[in-house]
Amino acid sequence: MANFYNDNPDLKHHLNHPLMRKIVELKERNFTDVEKYDYAPLNFEDAMDSYEKVLEIAGEISGEIVAANAEDVDHEGPHVVDGRVVYAKGTQKNLDALVKAGLMGISLPRRYNGLNFSLVPYIMAADMVSRADAGFVNIWGLQDCAETIYEFADEDQRMRFLPRVCAGETMAMDLTEPDAGSDLQAVMLKATYNEADGTWRLNGVKRFITNGDGHIALVLARSEEGSHDGRGLSMFIYDKNDGGVTVRRIENKMGIKGSPTCELVFKNAKAELCGSRKLGLIKYVMALMNGARLGIAAQSVGVSEAAYREALAYAHDRKQFGKAIIEFPAVYEMVALMKAKLDASRSLLYETTRFVDMYKIYEDIARERSLTPEERAEMKKYQRLADAFTPMAKGMGSEFCNQNAYDSVQVHGGSGFMKDYACERIYRDARITSIYEGTTQLQVVAAIRHVTTGTYLSQIKAYEAETYAEALAPLKERLVQMTALYEAAVNEVVSKKNTEYVDFHARRLVEMAGHIIMGYLLLGDATRNETFMKSANVYVNFGEAEVCKLHKFVMSFAENGLESYK
Amino acid sequence: MSYNIIVLAKQVPDTRNVGKDAMKEDGTINRAALPAIFNPEDLNALEQALQIKEQHPDTTITVLTMGPPRAAEIIREAIFRGADTGIVLTDRAFAGADTLATSYALSAAIRKIGKFDLIIAGRQAIDGDTAQVAPQVAEKLGLPQVTYAEKIEKIENGKVTVTRRIESGVEVVEAPLPLVVTVNGSADECRPRNAKRIQKYKYAATPSEKANLAPEVAALVDAREYLQLKEWSAAYVEADPSQIGLAGSPTKVKGIVNVVFQAKESKRMDGKDQTALEDLIKELIQNHTIG
Repeated sequence: MANFYNDNPDLKHHLNHPLMRKIVELKERNFTDVEKYDYAPLNFEDAMDSYEKVLEIAGEISGEIVAANAEDVDHEGPHVVDGRVVYAKGTQKNLDALVKAGLMGISLPRRYNGLNFSLVPYIMAADMVSRADAGFVNIWGLQDCAETIYEFADEDQRMRFLPRVCAGETMAMDLTEPDAGSDLQAVMLKATYNEADGTWRLNGVKRFITNGDGHIALVLARSEEGSHDGRGLSMFIYDKNDGGVTVRRIENKMGIKGSPTCELVFKNAKAELCGSRKLGLIKYVMALMNGARLGIAAQSVGVSEAAYREALAYAHDRKQFGKAIIEFPAVYEMVALMKAKLDASRSLLYETTRFVDMYKIYEDIARERSLTPEERAEMKKYQRLADAFTPMAKGMGSEFCNQNAYDSVQVHGGSGFMKDYACERIYRDARITSIYEGTTQLQVVAAIRHVTTGTYLSQIKAYEAETYAEALAPLKERLVQMTALYEAAVNEVVSKKNTEYVDFHARRLVEMAGHIIMGYLLLGDATRNETFMKSANVYVNFGEAEVCKLHKFVMSFAENGLESYK
Repeated sequence: MSYNIIVLAKQVPDTRNVGKDAMKEDGTINRAALPAIFNPEDLNALEQALQIKEQHPDTTITVLTMGPPRAAEIIREAIFRGADTGIVLTDRAFAGADTLATSYALSAAIRKIGKFDLIIAGRQAIDGDTAQVAPQVAEKLGLPQVTYAEKIEKIENGKVTVTRRIESGVEVVEAPLPLVVTVNGSADECRPRNAKRIQKYKYAATPSEKANLAPEVAALVDAREYLQLKEWSAAYVEADPSQIGLAGSPTKVKGIVNVVFQAKESKRMDGKDQTALEDLIKELIQNHTIG
């Protein structure tokens, strides 16, 4: 029986990153909860030991229960019965196991019955659950929404809703509508305030809502009559116990078939305002989406891991021309590159998670007391890095996930095209990662300003200033040269002073930065842990060729070159 | 209503994952080569106890295990999954016990516990496969027993309703409290360890384990009563020395032989129609190869 934590030492490596001490000490406010809660840690070592023990539980459930149910869940899928979602049997079993294990509300404070864990172990659990079943992780991972309630709702709402999430009730974020997908400013679901009983009532339709029949939903709705843009939208909390929302249908999807994607009809559904009116889209959804994007980055890495493992096992198992196919250069190169992309995107995922964790914890401390100027400066720094790294981790991680799923099928040859092998499901499941919670193209839109304002470059320079193992010096030299190409390409594009021109090349520039950043992160990994040497080599070989290619494209592009594309 | 439940559990070598070096030259189990685990069917038993506790929240679940001091590991494991407390029955004098001596020792410990309504155990342990210990405990305590339980359905008015697995299906029986129940491996899987409980109880220790803990952790165990696991000796449970350990065990292992399965003879049944297949099945049933 597999334990997805114990069988993957890379996770332990990332869990034990040097920055964790600071994260845990801040998160635990120097371990003061120990007086009030019998499950609070005594010190840093105790907290890390608990993280590991809890990750072992998550790894066991992922490996023995969720993974074992994945195929049946893919076949069976959820159903609508009388306007309600009924999960596939395996989905319900997975959920029951995770709820009984207390793996809900992992990062919420203890006063709401949460575990008060750093985001790192939470994202790591999501990484493992995704490896087991990419569709299931959505249902479990929507506990993210609780963060939004924690951050923006009032204390009364927190006390009413958050303990329910910790006890195992699932959540949903009801944002998109038939005419409002990427463009959420077009949301039309109507919220009207009923003076008579002092409640808000929701009317309208939502579409493509993951786990739309969850117990507690965050709903984006138009509260300002006559408004037409994002400033007329507010965030509401809908409690399924109050009724008023029915599931009209479940989408028949290509992949993640266990995850119910619902069309919802709101008929005078009672809801309560979350936070302030008119800030629904411009503030709360942005925060919600950042959390969700980190979740999809984790999902992408987990699916990448599954794809890589399936390919590796098959390549060793399958014999052709008298030997295992892993012995052929064409195959071992493919498998090694899969591993390098997996390691690179995972390293970026946890670096991003630490950045998010740092600034969120400071933000939370700021709710209790005012921060010192140094703390405030540090919060700003990490917030900026989190903003820059989240779309990169989601964008590039999900693209690598798709590439790995593609290569996994390729390694399997004809067998991979058959439903008999897990890679076929993984291939279908992977496809959504680069689409939902903002397509890769939208991640680039969020990331490009960090190219033009220099966030990426200054962080690359910070990585460059770090000390790496001596054996890695040649790789580092190549990363320095890649950085020069990146700077040249950025200057070339920016010098045109043409927004459309920047938008056109944006993905290229973001990817160049991404390859360099992931290269440095792998150098850091290989310095701390020799097992990453191979991936560092393979990734820099790959990334350097990509950077050169992208540089060439940008530099040779004609001033009026856009015309050919229109 | 709330109940006092005792779950009998055993730490066993993981014989399901037997490697080449699982047996020693002399035919005894090489315990060092096999990881020590919670006997699987005892986990099924624990799950039944936890389900009763869900229905009757004030119920107390005590896990009782006999074994070396390290068997405290399975007590913690059970507590992480929801048991309240546990006792390790450990003494050099218990060593070498067969099922008779084991059930005597366990029944002495249960008498010492005194207050109980229900004793639940796994059907059998994977190292001995006897399925004798819990039934013998019931006999020694003069209690009724229901074996091969699939599910303990409910407890009502001092009566327990149990669905039990029998050869051709299941039957539902009713028995009065106090009662001994043994649970089959086909019953509900035990729930996972719980994240909060593992943090709360991870330092739980028996007195002999506490001696090896870092001073600050030992101090924590002293300060928090729920971290103190009990360790009982033969003298403490007032066991008769002649009935425990080797002295109390009439079963003597005379020898152990490695059995290598191989086909002794082969028989070919020709024919392409249904009859040939039917003949084959009939013959296999007749000579008890199947069925």
